Amino acid sequence: MAFVTTLSIWLIPVLISAVLLYGTYKKTATYEIFVEGGKEGFSLAVSIMPFLVGMLTAIGVFRASGAMDALIHAIKPFLSVIGMPPEVVPLALMRPISGTGALGLMSELIKVYGPDSFIGRLASVMQGSTDTTFYVVTVYFGAVGIHRIGDALKVGLLADAVGVVCSIWIVTLIFGT
Amino acid sequence: MINLIWVALFLFGIIYASFNGTMDQVNDAIFKSASDAVALCIGLASILIFWLGLMKIAEKSGLLEKLSIIFKPVVRRIFPEVPVDHPAMGYILSNIIANLFGLGNAATPMGIKAMEELKKLNGNVNRPSRSMITLLALNTSGLTLVPATVLAIRMQYHSSSPADIVGPTLIATLCTTLSALIIDRYFYHRRKRKEKK
Repeated sequence: MAFVTTLSIWLIPVLISAVLLYGTYKKTATYEIFVEGGKEGFSLAVSIMPFLVGMLTAIGVFRASGAMDALIHAIKPFLSVIGMPPEVVPLALMRPISGTGALGLMSELIKVYGPDSFIGRLASVMQGSTDTTFYVVTVYFGAVGIHRIGDALKVGLLADAVGVVCSIWIVTLIFGT
Repeated sequence: MINLIWVALFLFGIIYASFNGTMDQVNDAIFKSASDAVALCIGLASILIFWLGLMKIAEKSGLLEKLSIIFKPVVRRIFPEVPVDHPAMGYILSNIIANLFGLGNAATPMGIKAMEELKKLNGNVNRPSRSMITLLALNTSGLTLVPATVLAIRMQYHSSSPADIVGPTLIATLCTTLSALIIDRYFYHRRKRKEKK
């Protein structure tokens, strides 16, 4: 598993170097274009602010009331069978429905349990390896006027379920419980 | 759906608190969470600015286009019904690569363009073709090389090694994407069997 750890550390710096070298080789105005793209990143960060405020507040209320703990306690016995920590269940359920909602839940999990805890890492990997199925189906089919979605949603949701199981498996394998 | 979930989180929380005697914690949480969310977004800005800036260089210098040549043989196998020189192929490739590099908002227009072309290929009917469902399967399985937003949040909460989830995420993404393709194939063959009957 040392390979995965090395890959984690090297991937980003190597990618950055590759992009910068190629850009320079192609005589691209690297710095100016970086700034241009960066502005898009900034407006993206600002534009997700209301989504996160809304979702984190709702989750905060749900957690502070004790309802989240009650829910986790109730489903615990069912999940121990597949080795899934009940704390990540809300994230797994939210992920296909709302991207910012899942982002809110993930950051909440990382904040409560710590980024380097098993749950923190599992939440990170789950968030990174699945996508907002309902949103993708709605946007992609909606934009071209497809109303009968066929098997698309089933395929997407099953893939999400596999993604959750894969994440549990790989995080357990690499970081242990 | 998201509207209902959102309202339910608040209402269940408040109702539960009224029985549980935790209303003062709920009051704290309302204002604390909102300010945490804003702080989180400011923290996210650093990575989003950096990553989208860097990816703009990859896009403008033609690197992303170049990468699509490498992926072409693979994508041809995944979309056997799309002619190689059809514009749909180009959009599909750009969509996949943009997703791979975490350019969500660059990937979406490409995906929609690809859908339009696939719909034309399918004779403009309102039913999704096999290739359209495959493209959705790829997009919902969350193919990512660098999960930039996740990294940003891990940094924000002082991870000792924010990047140590990159490798595991890559492996999980590969598993998910492969499964999505297999599930997609399975449903396709099931549809075909049904049509024959």
